[in-house]
Amino acid sequence: MTRIEDYRHDVENQWCPGCPNFGVLTALQRALVALRLAPHEICLVSGIGQAAKLPHYLRANVFNGLHGRAIPAAIGIQIAHPSLKTIVTSGDGDLYGEGGNHFLHALRRNPDITLVVHNNQLYALTKGQASPTTPRGEPTRLQIRGVEVDPAQMLATAIVHGCGFVARGFAGEIDELESLLQRAIAYRGLSLVEVIQPCITWGHHPIDWYRQRLEPIKNDHDPTDRARAVDLALRAPDKLVVGVLYEIPSRTTFGSSFRNRIGEMPLAELPDIERAILEERLARMAVNL
Amino acid sequence: MKPLSLFVAGAAGEGIQTVGDAVARAFLTHGYAAFSTSEFESRIRGGRSSYRIRVADQPHNAPCATADVLLAVNPTAEAHYRSALNDGGLLITAGQGEDADARSAVCVPFQELAVEHGGARIYANAVAAGALCAAVGLPLPVLQRVLADAFAARGEEIVHANAASAKAGYDVALSQLGAQAPTGLPERPNRYTFASAHDVIPIAASAAGCRFIAAYPMSPSTGIITSFAKDPELGVFFEQAEDEIAAINMALGASAAGARAMTATSGGGFALMVESVSLAGMMEIPIVIVLAQRPGPATGLPTRTAQEDLLFALHAGHGEFPRALLAPSDPQKTVEATVRAFDLADRYQIPVILLTDQFLADSYFALEQLALPPGPAKRHRAAPPSMEQYSRYLLTDSGVSPRLDLGQSTHLVVLDSDEHTEAGHITEDLERIRPAMVRKRLEKGRRLREAMEQPEPDGAEQAEIVLIGWGSTRGAIDEAVAALRDRGASIGSLHFTDVWPLPPLELRRDAQYWTVEGNATGQFARLLRSETGYSVEGTIARYDGLPMDAETIVRAFS
Repeated sequence: MTRIEDYRHDVENQWCPGCPNFGVLTALQRALVALRLAPHEICLVSGIGQAAKLPHYLRANVFNGLHGRAIPAAIGIQIAHPSLKTIVTSGDGDLYGEGGNHFLHALRRNPDITLVVHNNQLYALTKGQASPTTPRGEPTRLQIRGVEVDPAQMLATAIVHGCGFVARGFAGEIDELESLLQRAIAYRGLSLVEVIQPCITWGHHPIDWYRQRLEPIKNDHDPTDRARAVDLALRAPDKLVVGVLYEIPSRTTFGSSFRNRIGEMPLAELPDIERAILEERLARMAVNL
Repeated sequence: MKPLSLFVAGAAGEGIQTVGDAVARAFLTHGYAAFSTSEFESRIRGGRSSYRIRVADQPHNAPCATADVLLAVNPTAEAHYRSALNDGGLLITAGQGEDADARSAVCVPFQELAVEHGGARIYANAVAAGALCAAVGLPLPVLQRVLADAFAARGEEIVHANAASAKAGYDVALSQLGAQAPTGLPERPNRYTFASAHDVIPIAASAAGCRFIAAYPMSPSTGIITSFAKDPELGVFFEQAEDEIAAINMALGASAAGARAMTATSGGGFALMVESVSLAGMMEIPIVIVLAQRPGPATGLPTRTAQEDLLFALHAGHGEFPRALLAPSDPQKTVEATVRAFDLADRYQIPVILLTDQFLADSYFALEQLALPPGPAKRHRAAPPSMEQYSRYLLTDSGVSPRLDLGQSTHLVVLDSDEHTEAGHITEDLERIRPAMVRKRLEKGRRLREAMEQPEPDGAEQAEIVLIGWGSTRGAIDEAVAALRDRGASIGSLHFTDVWPLPPLELRRDAQYWTVEGNATGQFARLLRSETGYSVEGTIARYDGLPMDAETIVRAFS
């Protein structure tokens, strides 16, 4: 039986005291316990940024790679070891900005991984520049007279590209977030949970400002209704719709044709290919008619 | 036989590769050593390209700049390539555009004969191959057997049409040659393997246990992932990534989870991978990267060849970390280097770069043998049950930490791109951990150096002049050395496959060393100077996009 203590670490936490990232960490730990997963069954993958440090604070396997490159690394891990639950936890700058191309193509591939995007609408570790989700007009430490471009609508993009599970949560509502994370991690295929995670150091608004703009999804929402889901997603950044925006039955996941042929075992455990098979290929190159 | 050089020239999309390949295989079938190389433009249709064949009793696996026979399938190709024809050489054309040149010419209306004898213009290739065989004394039935083998799967009708078209071209050429027709070549018992270096990489990688490749298409590297795709029995997962950054990060993820993984690219794509080469160095994840060189800078000459990325590959990646660079010179060496690349990557937990180029990718070598190195692949992984506690970056004397992979056991594996503790967590302990981790990584490089192999000498122990080569220039150097020795020169060579780290070298002070390189700045000469303090006499450089040939080297000493 996995307990919450199993997921706790004594690694020094570098987040600002009171950072809503702590809420994401707690929600994730609880979700993993609720799913009865043990730490060695999990691999957390991140890029660079404050959010990307989360894997160091949760006992599990960790791949803390380069800025923007968490998704391709996670895809490689998942393909090599399908039974390892691969979860990407990184920031909006990392996954939507530097890694935006990988995000887009992950939607097309539908790998069996979960993306947890800590969205604080800015770059925190580099001290407060705009991120792809900063609302137009908002001043930052770099865009001093206000951001002059529109925010990226990545949840809508995900839904349009058929991502099977798209949700938004709030770092200040840990119980609700835990439930979203549980459902996302259990989902077979690519699942996306964007977490509104206000930055208490560089952000312009207190946490309550965000809380007031939350709009919980109503019970009568049909999560398979793509057009409606896109509509809900596009209310950001004025209204932050929280809950499961879009969920459809799992479709074919990335690598399944290969796995159907080869089985589900980790690539590292496959037996060596028979030497005769390889020698036959070299022999075929001999010209001997 | 007297060694022959044949050019088949035409536009992209005109099938010169098909013609050349059929004739080369016909020679091989008849027991002669044929080598072929292709040069072409970066376009799908049109332009000028040539498929060049060298034939002899013994393999001459090197390019030749001049032709004894030029088969030009269109007037533009004829005009462009006829200056390459040797004195007394033979021109075969379709009959348009020939002038009153003193050189002998044979006119074979390829397309008309194809329609007449094969029933469609597409058989013009078989007509041309037939004409070429007549011009060099290769018996028609040998070519017909090669064509029948190549088209067997397409049905009897197509095999028959090819045979009839080949005969038509053969007969027309033979009748025009008249008394000039060469005597038929006797069959020889010799049998050769006909392979390119890139053909064998997927097979060697599989022998090494490779199970994962992600790559982005880029000439001249694309054939590698394509071969994996075409051969599902190898059981290698392949993915065309959205860009080279994704490709290498997918491969690193797979490798971290225990799969032997690789990627393949050319200079521009490798440039995109550079940050992740550094990541592999820091996270200590094994990876093999094929860097198939082509001329730069930037897009450069996409379909041409060069050896311009040696120092780039050596220095790619911020920060200091060990890596290995292997530059094989032919398909057999490529098999060996590929298997070693995976072994070194795992043994030292480093990136290993295999340097090839367009010449190696697109040239077919006549080989007396092509074999895998003996023994099963070693993975150099640690045994999880033997450990009480696990730290991915445990400090050891050798710098190599026992490697467990993500998800391999109940031991947690923490891999980090930040400077990290032995357990893999972020640290800014500048007094103790940072210096220890730097020394750990560099100690692996020192041990790696001991695993590097010496260059192969050919008379380098006593010759007055020693040519130093690396990678694909081997065949040209061997041929040049033989030619210069025939003229009485005291000359030898030293050829490197292991170009980084350089093994400990003893260069003679009483010899004159020259490097032979496919770049303008003498990159290997610079490397040699920086590592050994030895300054070579000079560099014989080629940087026009064509492969190094013996003529270029010999000219430097004339």
